[in-house]
Amino acid sequence: MRETDIAIIGGGPAGLSAAIYAASLGAKITLIDDGLELGGQLIKQTHKFFGSEAQFAGIRGIEIAKKLIQEIERCKNIELITNATVTGYYEDEVITIIQGADGNIMKKLKAQRIIVATGASENMLPFINNDLPGVYGAGAVQTLMNLYGVVPGNNVLMVGAGNIGLIVSYQLLQAGIKVEAIVEALPKIGGYLVHASKIRRLGVPIYTSHSLKEVYGTDWVEKAVISKVNKNFEFIPETEKELEVDTICLAVGLSPLSDLLWQAGCQMKYIVELGGYVALRDDHMKSSLDNIYIAGDVAGIEEASSAMLEGKIAGLNAAVSLGYRVDNFLELNINLRKELKELRANPLSEKVKIGLEKALIKREVD
Amino acid sequence: MRIKEHPILEFNPGKKVKFTLDEIEMEGYEGEPIASALVAAGVKVLSRSIKYHRPRGFFCAIGKCSSCLMKVNGIPNVRTCVTKLEEGMKIETQKGKGDFN
Ligand SMILES: Cc1cc2nc3c(=O)[nH]c(=O)nc-3n(C[C@H](O)[C@H](O)[C@H](O)COP(=O)(O)OP(=O)(O)OC[C@H]3O[C@@H](n4cnc5c(N)ncnc54)[C@H](O)[C@@H]3O)c2cc1C
Ligand code: FES
Repeated sequence: MRETDIAIIGGGPAGLSAAIYAASLGAKITLIDDGLELGGQLIKQTHKFFGSEAQFAGIRGIEIAKKLIQEIERCKNIELITNATVTGYYEDEVITIIQGADGNIMKKLKAQRIIVATGASENMLPFINNDLPGVYGAGAVQTLMNLYGVVPGNNVLMVGAGNIGLIVSYQLLQAGIKVEAIVEALPKIGGYLVHASKIRRLGVPIYTSHSLKEVYGTDWVEKAVISKVNKNFEFIPETEKELEVDTICLAVGLSPLSDLLWQAGCQMKYIVELGGYVALRDDHMKSSLDNIYIAGDVAGIEEASSAMLEGKIAGLNAAVSLGYRVDNFLELNINLRKELKELRANPLSEKVKIGLEKALIKREVD
Repeated sequence: MRIKEHPILEFNPGKKVKFTLDEIEMEGYEGEPIASALVAAGVKVLSRSIKYHRPRGFFCAIGKCSSCLMKVNGIPNVRTCVTKLEEGMKIETQKGKGDFN
């Protein structure tokens, strides 16, 4: 059976950063990713990033991905298994990997440490006919138009006015696709107001306290009905409005992809501020199991910038726990945690901070 | 449909390739996901739900929702959103849970 020091599951910003950091200490790394290309969410993001300067703010997501991938390719002790899905974790610390278009290649890998950086999947929204073709997650819309230059539809209703909803709406407009409206169930816009005003100036109405009630169509979306909602998110009768759209783009949040952590038996907790069930972890990003670390959106829905820092922390500590040495280990740990703290020192991170506090396992010794 | 002009992105698609969907010939680019080539060709229904045969389309693009499962070169339940298109591929809409016939 193949063996490695550290298996990293997921090649988004968290997994890539973890790999680079742990490899720099000399550990043998195997990174497994199931996307068609490495980079996770980053490769779809054509906008300039917000966040701190040290974490590439002002650079487009796709450029950040390129830099990280170049660095990975330079590391001789990182083995890449791409276009492959980790499907299981077994008690004897073996993970199973399924590869190939028809899934007929199965590899087993025994790893002394595992860093789970699987990211998140998009949330669904309950509305009538929500399974019709033409209803997409925002990430899928981004993949089609930003990676492959494919038009997902002609007339889009965006559901959700958080940063993702706003950014993807703007990207749709850039691609020459009509955005009919944005609906947001909350009474106010969740994302940055600069993004919102940019979109409004381009003529897209943003309806707050509104949600999507129903979609019509035989084989695909032909029409949508939106309606006002009250404080309890119940539809208010007689406030319906019909929109002629063929595409619904859902940007109503993400949930951590934590299946493997459940399977491994990590201590899990539902933490609403972090987007759902997450593994409890200490400030080294180690879960309740000694051999499993976590980083990025799977540890709590946040940003690429925090995902990269968490990845570095997980990578550093996983490697050191295996006996790999670095001179200023304590200082590095303290600095990375300080950077994370600074990154989260803004009003939009308040919720995340409450969630992280609930997820923290306190260690007695450092 | 494909995006014709973009203010910041340049698309460098691979080689043009031919494939079939239920024996109808179509074109796409080598290496793009099969499902993306289908959407570009105007195909919206990729599969049918097992029990009520409701139409299913492209949804998550990350291989996690099973909305895009199709038969590819005779193999059922292939996630076409994370499988690369190749010259001459035989794509079929699959009935029910899928079989190898
Ligand atoms: C529209 C949009 C705009 C955003 N803008 C910003 C921004 O401006 N600034 C910012 O900081 N952040 C931004 N973000 C957030 C950021 O993209 C994410 O927080 C970040 O990508 C999370 O990184 P990750 O590595 O945890 O997960 P991901 O990037 O999701 O990567 C996870 C990877 O793991 C792989 N994977 C999952 N399961 C398996 C498995 N079982 N086996 C193998 N591989 C697996 C996936 O294929 C994927 O490649 C934005 C997000 C979106 C959607
Ligand atoms: S679209 Fe979700 S698995 Fe392919």
